[in-house]
Amino acid sequence: MNVSISLTVNGVRRDVALEDPRVTLLDLLRERLDLTGTKKGCDRGQCGACTVLVDGRRINSCLALAVSCDGAEILTIEGVARGDKLHPVQAAFIAHDGFQCGFCTPGQILSAIGLIQEGQAGDDPERIREGMSGNLCRCGAYSGITEAVLDAQKSLAETNRRQAA
Amino acid sequence: MNSFDYVRPATIAEAITAAAEPGAAYLAAGTNLLDLMKGGVTRPNRLVDVTRLPGLDRIERLPDGGIRIGALVRNADLAHDRDFARSYPAIAEALLSGASAQLRNAATVGGNLLQRTRCGYFYDVASACNKREPGAGCDALKGENRLHAVLGWSEACIAIHPSDFCVPLVALDAVVEIEGRTGRREVTVEALHHLPGDTPERETALESGDLIVALRLPAEAGMFSAHARYLKVRERTSFAFAVVSAAAALRIEEGTIRHARLALGGVAAKPWRARSAEEILAGSNPSAPAFRRAAEAALADAKPSGDNRFKIELAQRILVRALTLAAAGTPERVLALPASPFSSIPGALHA
Repeated sequence: MNVSISLTVNGVRRDVALEDPRVTLLDLLRERLDLTGTKKGCDRGQCGACTVLVDGRRINSCLALAVSCDGAEILTIEGVARGDKLHPVQAAFIAHDGFQCGFCTPGQILSAIGLIQEGQAGDDPERIREGMSGNLCRCGAYSGITEAVLDAQKSLAETNRRQAA
Repeated sequence: MNSFDYVRPATIAEAITAAAEPGAAYLAAGTNLLDLMKGGVTRPNRLVDVTRLPGLDRIERLPDGGIRIGALVRNADLAHDRDFARSYPAIAEALLSGASAQLRNAATVGGNLLQRTRCGYFYDVASACNKREPGAGCDALKGENRLHAVLGWSEACIAIHPSDFCVPLVALDAVVEIEGRTGRREVTVEALHHLPGDTPERETALESGDLIVALRLPAEAGMFSAHARYLKVRERTSFAFAVVSAAAALRIEEGTIRHARLALGGVAAKPWRARSAEEILAGSNPSAPAFRRAAEAALADAKPSGDNRFKIELAQRILVRALTLAAAGTPERVLALPASPFSSIPGALHA
């Protein structure tokens, strides 16, 4: 069964013809669009390595059919920096050692961007840990991740304040 | 994953026609269905994508004081709707204690009502499972079964229902609105899920083509908001299914419990309403002995289905704890660790 879909990925419109509706959003990104920054960990929604934003919301791309995302706006790790300027969440992960091997990091960063946009955690480390529990880190960089999210949230809020002033 | 046809109907009527064919399944977020399909546990030959159906993503206050939640409202959106969380705090807490933020952003209300058991033998296609393949037998009976049912189970199936959301829904008399081939009908969430008996493959009251379009809470469900909690023991503090959970909602007037609503999760193939316990509590003072009596009544018919006798005592303690916390008053906001028994211990630290 052939299906044609169109997505906006990192601001660029992509038209894709799928010969099979079984393709997940994750496999579409990695195998068809060569955006391999989004990682495939468990492929069952348990590890969070495949986290991307779909229409501004963080989800597990391994549990979404690409065809079901027809018309959506997708943000992946390849689209978060502005040219050479890192996204504040990326910069904070480096500053706070929020990773070791780096495999889970694209998912962690997209999840953190989503968490900050959701605005539910505030500056409570416990709420941040709870809000990030869908992203596993086998290296155990959790304390650095929590610090990075707190710090990035602060710097994003500061930028917003300056822009509003 | 088996191959399937994908259809995206524009109307509810088209969806019902498309899904009434043998082997068809509805697709909403797919957070449970795709996982099952990847493992070959379910093999639908047609997916009917309902995510674009109009009008199913709204939360509406009803003139009679109740609330109606469209089947496509996402779990996270419902839990974070301020008005909803204020009126039904135990439901918001249950939603936020389930899965991860990513899954809650995707998963829908209708899909959550229909999520399948997490029994490992159901998931493992090399094992015998009467639910997956009627008549095949049940490998859980003599297998790893410490997390299996202690109420309402049968020799055919000892699986449990995994939903957190459904537990307070059952306690608060929520109703499901269904569109089907013969028109619209309603069933309570309590009647939606079946106990296994001899037919564990028949999990719900839904017929072929039936589509859940909305969930409704009656006006009375909002009258417990001052004393309502959901409490859940799990094997890690976040992103885990319940070993045992409890929803407790009380109406306390002049120091006396007027009405109590109680339901248990993780103990049976459906969320378990504890009416005998509710009756004991009505007219009592909110006190430890009354809570313990109620908890004993709730589990009076429990029996282990395997290596899970501990769940019977655990369920009683969780009920007592949930009642104690509910009587103390609903927190202003869902706690940092939703439904965690550790949240109430001052100084408790979780990394």
